[in-house]
Amino acid sequence: MLKEISITVNGQQHTLEVEPRLLLVHMIRELLNLTGTHIGCDTSSCGACTILLDGKSIKSCTVLAVQANGKSITTIEGVAQDGQLSPLQEGFKENHGLHCGFCTPGMILRATELLANNPNPTEEEIRWGIAGNLCRCTGYNNIVKAIQYAGAKIRGEELPSTEPEFV
Amino acid sequence: MGHSLKRKEDARFIQGKGRYVDDVKLPGMLYMDIVRSPYAYAKIKNINIDEAMKVPGVVAVVTGRDLEKYNLHWMPTLMSDTQMVLPTDTVMYQAQEVAAVIATSKYAARDGREAVRVEYEPMKPVIDPFKSLDPDAPVLRTDKEGKKDNHIWNWKVGDKEKTDDVFSKAEVVVKEQMHIPRIHVASIETCGCVADYDKVNNHLTMYMTTQAPHAIRTVIALVAGHVGLTEEKIRVISPDIGGGFGGKVPVYPGYVIAIAVSFLVGKPVKWIEDRSENLQADSFARDYHITAEMAGTKDGKILGTRFKILADHGYTDASANPSKFPTGMFSIATGSYDYDATYMECDAVYTNKPPGGVAYRCSFRVTEAVHAIERITDRFALEIGKDPAELRLQNFIKKEDFPWKSPTGWIYDSGDYHKGLLKAMDAVDYHQLRAEQAEKRKRGELMGIGLSTFTEVVGAGPSKDFDILGIKMFDSAEIRVHPTGKAIARFGTKSQGQGHETTYAQIIAEELGIPAENIAIEEGDTDTAPYGLGTYASRSTPTAGAAAAVAARKLRDKARKIAAYLLEVSEDDLEWEPGKFFVKGAPEKSKTIQEIVFASYTNHPPGMEAGFEATHYYDPPNLTFPSGAYICVVDIDKETGAIHVRRFVAIDDCGNIINPMIVQGQVHGGLTQGIAPAMYEELIYDEAGNILNGTFMDYLVPTAVESPKWETGHTVTPSPHHPIGAKGVGESPTVGAPPAIANAIVDALSPYGITHLDIPITPFKVWKALKEKGAI
Repeated sequence: MLKEISITVNGQQHTLEVEPRLLLVHMIRELLNLTGTHIGCDTSSCGACTILLDGKSIKSCTVLAVQANGKSITTIEGVAQDGQLSPLQEGFKENHGLHCGFCTPGMILRATELLANNPNPTEEEIRWGIAGNLCRCTGYNNIVKAIQYAGAKIRGEELPSTEPEFV
Repeated sequence: MGHSLKRKEDARFIQGKGRYVDDVKLPGMLYMDIVRSPYAYAKIKNINIDEAMKVPGVVAVVTGRDLEKYNLHWMPTLMSDTQMVLPTDTVMYQAQEVAAVIATSKYAARDGREAVRVEYEPMKPVIDPFKSLDPDAPVLRTDKEGKKDNHIWNWKVGDKEKTDDVFSKAEVVVKEQMHIPRIHVASIETCGCVADYDKVNNHLTMYMTTQAPHAIRTVIALVAGHVGLTEEKIRVISPDIGGGFGGKVPVYPGYVIAIAVSFLVGKPVKWIEDRSENLQADSFARDYHITAEMAGTKDGKILGTRFKILADHGYTDASANPSKFPTGMFSIATGSYDYDATYMECDAVYTNKPPGGVAYRCSFRVTEAVHAIERITDRFALEIGKDPAELRLQNFIKKEDFPWKSPTGWIYDSGDYHKGLLKAMDAVDYHQLRAEQAEKRKRGELMGIGLSTFTEVVGAGPSKDFDILGIKMFDSAEIRVHPTGKAIARFGTKSQGQGHETTYAQIIAEELGIPAENIAIEEGDTDTAPYGLGTYASRSTPTAGAAAAVAARKLRDKARKIAAYLLEVSEDDLEWEPGKFFVKGAPEKSKTIQEIVFASYTNHPPGMEAGFEATHYYDPPNLTFPSGAYICVVDIDKETGAIHVRRFVAIDDCGNIINPMIVQGQVHGGLTQGIAPAMYEELIYDEAGNILNGTFMDYLVPTAVESPKWETGHTVTPSPHHPIGAKGVGESPTVGAPPAIANAIVDALSPYGITHLDIPITPFKVWKALKEKGAI
């Protein structure tokens, strides 16, 4: 039995017929072919599937597509505007905040909400703020730096150095 | 070189345009899910697929009996053992593949999986490796003719007689029993594939999470050649890889089943394992039980070491080591210290646990070796009451003694261990820390300082010693420069996040003077890239990076000839500066590399081959021996055992550095994968062989909260034999960090008579040890 849902994805309206049990992440990846949202676990632990649902970061592997009916979601494909990288996308690139890139979309979307709520977080607030997203490659130092960089950019302050402290 | 160029690969990853295996979607593609065993050891009495076949969308259920008809139910492991693809009679570990369900959608495949009914007759498993050799232990590998016990092999190295003699006469002997836990790489992307067999053209394209696509192609041809899939009909594509760390080196049964099904039905078949399957069935790392001993003098001179290992390989030896090295490079365990008596021995055994023995960001069992030597060195320092830093400085191999031959036969290429440790001590203000610790001890507070001064061994390897299934462990680079002076270079390695698209371009840019942004790097397609053994064990820069430099130098030699022809001078009259040749004494007479390349297509010298391409297969003359000096400072809450890592300073030496930003990034990541087994991660099994933490809810991968703010730095001791003086680095921190952390914790607890704790050292372990010693 299929159910019709209407959902705005990255600003574009979609009407879809889905199984009631279909997970939102599978709708995004399989039906809309937006493969930037990743799947890293089956227990809502890793955060690779993080997206924004009406502006709030959620793990799309733990939400049914039907629960997103009538709502608006943003995936990594919708983060850059008119070809302009978002401050976080730029921060991750400039600060080597990614290695394999698999956790990166989820990290960026999680951090998007973090900075929206708290544009000037402390390092501790950043670390706790992304504790629901696992990264196996970077050791997190540079993810923290990337978020600090993006925060400075959003606040219109001088950007911190992106040179590695590796002497 | 030495420039922190921002990564070329990042643009696609930050915009959701990476292409990983699960992103591959082909017309008519089927989906596979796998039925797995709930038992660690059981006979299969019956597999009933009737209900599963009634599930809408299910097209087939494949069992071992089906594969048996094509002789595809068994496969070789990389260590020349054998492994079931699907069982016909018996399951040997929990989560072993039992049957595969093929369906038109992911959900239908999962529904089908739930509907397969398997009847088992459970048997008493062998879980404890120490009991696996008991005379009454059931013999697990009854498939092996004449096998009468669970012993796999015995390995030994060193001079037993001499070492025993040193121990018998030594003033001081210390001994500890250590377990290096069974852990899992847990890359955030799990393993998977899309097998796409084209019946018309008799051709297989295999999209797959593999760190070694070429070797995999050869293995597929060896396994499936008898059904017509010969090597020229197989194309392995390793697209973007979401982390590897060694877990994506082996061939898992899922891959083989997907190929077999695609071959039989003529449609693409996708198999993507979920996290539980990944943790519970894919190759584990480590699981070495080590008895470590050190002999020395009362004033701190190390005289000898002995290491006795029991290696639990699970149901089959599915390690990923060079073929002649069943214990990998464990024999690096003599460490960074100057002494000449050692003896090491290992017995490997079968148990009813998943197979493996792969890396976990570790160069072939070096983590085990470094943990053993660095822990026992601290134990020795504790025994004689000497500062562990002082003891290390006293025993280090001296800078001028390189190249240095280790007692187990390695030729350490270069190192400056004193410099690294002194730099690390300076960075933490070591003596001030010791003073603070003394004050705190008076007040009964627990503070510890731990050191690790390790020697790594990476870059396998020289063809005289190193091969995998007979294929020598060279690696390759092919550079093609187009008429307009822009290039593409292809490699036999495969990045899983290491940044090859940037660093390889930087190496070629350095050698040829073509800007790095004009050099495209491609890996992971066996139809286009030259043959190579892949990326693991920190080997890419030592092997393929070297190949890039040598291939570029071949092109520079050609460029010199063309420049001489164009400028009408002799080659000897030309001088090179990055990007151009000019006439000695007349620098205005010059030809840029772009002009030279254009001429190679448009106006090449008579008798010279046209075009501007070079390939090199680099066979390294030796391994490279990176090193590091790490210092960890911990504060421990006595009442709860909670451990706070206050500081962690890592000074690494990986020779000349191509991109400091990327090297530092590798060090950060490796350190977090060092603290992981030191304090958090272990795959735990109960007596029945049930895994107790087979999901991310209970297998504790560190988050940004557990991972400390790493402080990093470096020294540079170039490798004398590598074309650009570089060494590998990706795994050094994973190797070096765990003993620094363990040493710091034991140092904090040592006033209460605690001399060793096995990793992962949890608050409960600390609390329990303090309680047992009456400290709380």
